[in-house]
Amino acid sequence: MSATSSKDKPMTATTFTEGLWKENPVFVMLLGLCPALAVSNTAVNALAMGVASTFVLLGSSLLISLLRNLIPKQVRIASYIIIIATFVTAVDYIIHALSLELYNALGAFIQLIVVNCAILGRAEAYASKHKVGHALVNGFGMGLGFTLALVLVGGVREILGFGTLFGVSLFGAQFQPWAVFILPPGGFFVLSFWLVVFAAVRRNRERKEAAHGA
Amino acid sequence: MAHDSLPFIFLDAFLINNLVLALFLGLCPFMGVSSKLKTAIPMGAAVMFVMLVASTCAYGINALLVRFDIEYLRLISYIAVIASAVQLVEMTVKKFSPTLFRMLGIFLPLITTNCAILGMALFQTFRDYSFSQSITYSVGSGAGFSLALILMAGMREKLDLADVPGISSGAAAAFMLAGLLSLAFMGFAGLGG
Repeated sequence: MSATSSKDKPMTATTFTEGLWKENPVFVMLLGLCPALAVSNTAVNALAMGVASTFVLLGSSLLISLLRNLIPKQVRIASYIIIIATFVTAVDYIIHALSLELYNALGAFIQLIVVNCAILGRAEAYASKHKVGHALVNGFGMGLGFTLALVLVGGVREILGFGTLFGVSLFGAQFQPWAVFILPPGGFFVLSFWLVVFAAVRRNRERKEAAHGA
Repeated sequence: MAHDSLPFIFLDAFLINNLVLALFLGLCPFMGVSSKLKTAIPMGAAVMFVMLVASTCAYGINALLVRFDIEYLRLISYIAVIASAVQLVEMTVKKFSPTLFRMLGIFLPLITTNCAILGMALFQTFRDYSFSQSITYSVGSGAGFSLALILMAGMREKLDLADVPGISSGAAAAFMLAGLLSLAFMGFAGLGG
């Protein structure tokens, strides 16, 4: 980081970790739900989608943070979208070149990263107001949080629906796959389950803090 | 019915592969505006209109891009078209119904980032639909989105009166409901051959 940023708020651990847990884009802020459900039928797809989104998030955070003083306020959303679309196009071509199998599995959802509100939300709420270093670290935290959420949803769906995790069989041949979890309704059910878990943990912690304070 | 006949394309987008409940597109507005029937219906109409405009423009733009061999600009140009169409709707709604404009709030400009619309435009391109097929597909998608939104709003209005455990109230209960609705829509699979 450059010396000029010393006047800024110092970068703390929360710059990075808030995206992982406290402001997890999927489970807490309910952003970026479409890709979180659409491609999370296996853990591998979920991981790939998470990594692709993280890359776009990092790239767009960097560029938006660099250009934050140049972009006029009136056309900022349009500019952000175009910057994001550029990175998404790049990711689309990269995945196409690296793995055709993955490209076919994710399908149109790679291009749909462009309308992932978690990314636009970050651009508007953070990258456009902070220095490059902060924006990158925060973007990386958010990207990891998003990936984590996707893998949690994808993992549960794969375990119940296929009896495997990352393609490794868990229960042996006699396992009866619970097909509904691979189908669309399963995505909603698993997400609902994780929302309850997150809410329960948060409530427990708040209770403990209240007890300590009293 | 043949798979590229117009009635099948409509049915496919409307019920069988419903954008929201089978393909998970447009979940943000689906969750955000579906708590009241009064906002769900106009929202559905707005999305339907934007879809029709976007589909028409996307068809023309794609033909141009293919002609000049610059398909890598597809995503950027589609998004620009959708953003303009949304701007148009926003101005129209603001002019003719300020009340409605306030009720829809942030979700009106957010139609731009409604993945259902971009998704529909991309799907029609990937499937090489002709012009009439594209229009049919967009009307079917818009109708399917509205149907899902209205059904969901009807159920959530009832849910407000139900006694739900505090921890799962709100989003978690709404997603469980969406899951059940999606399960019901699975029954349409295989419809029309």
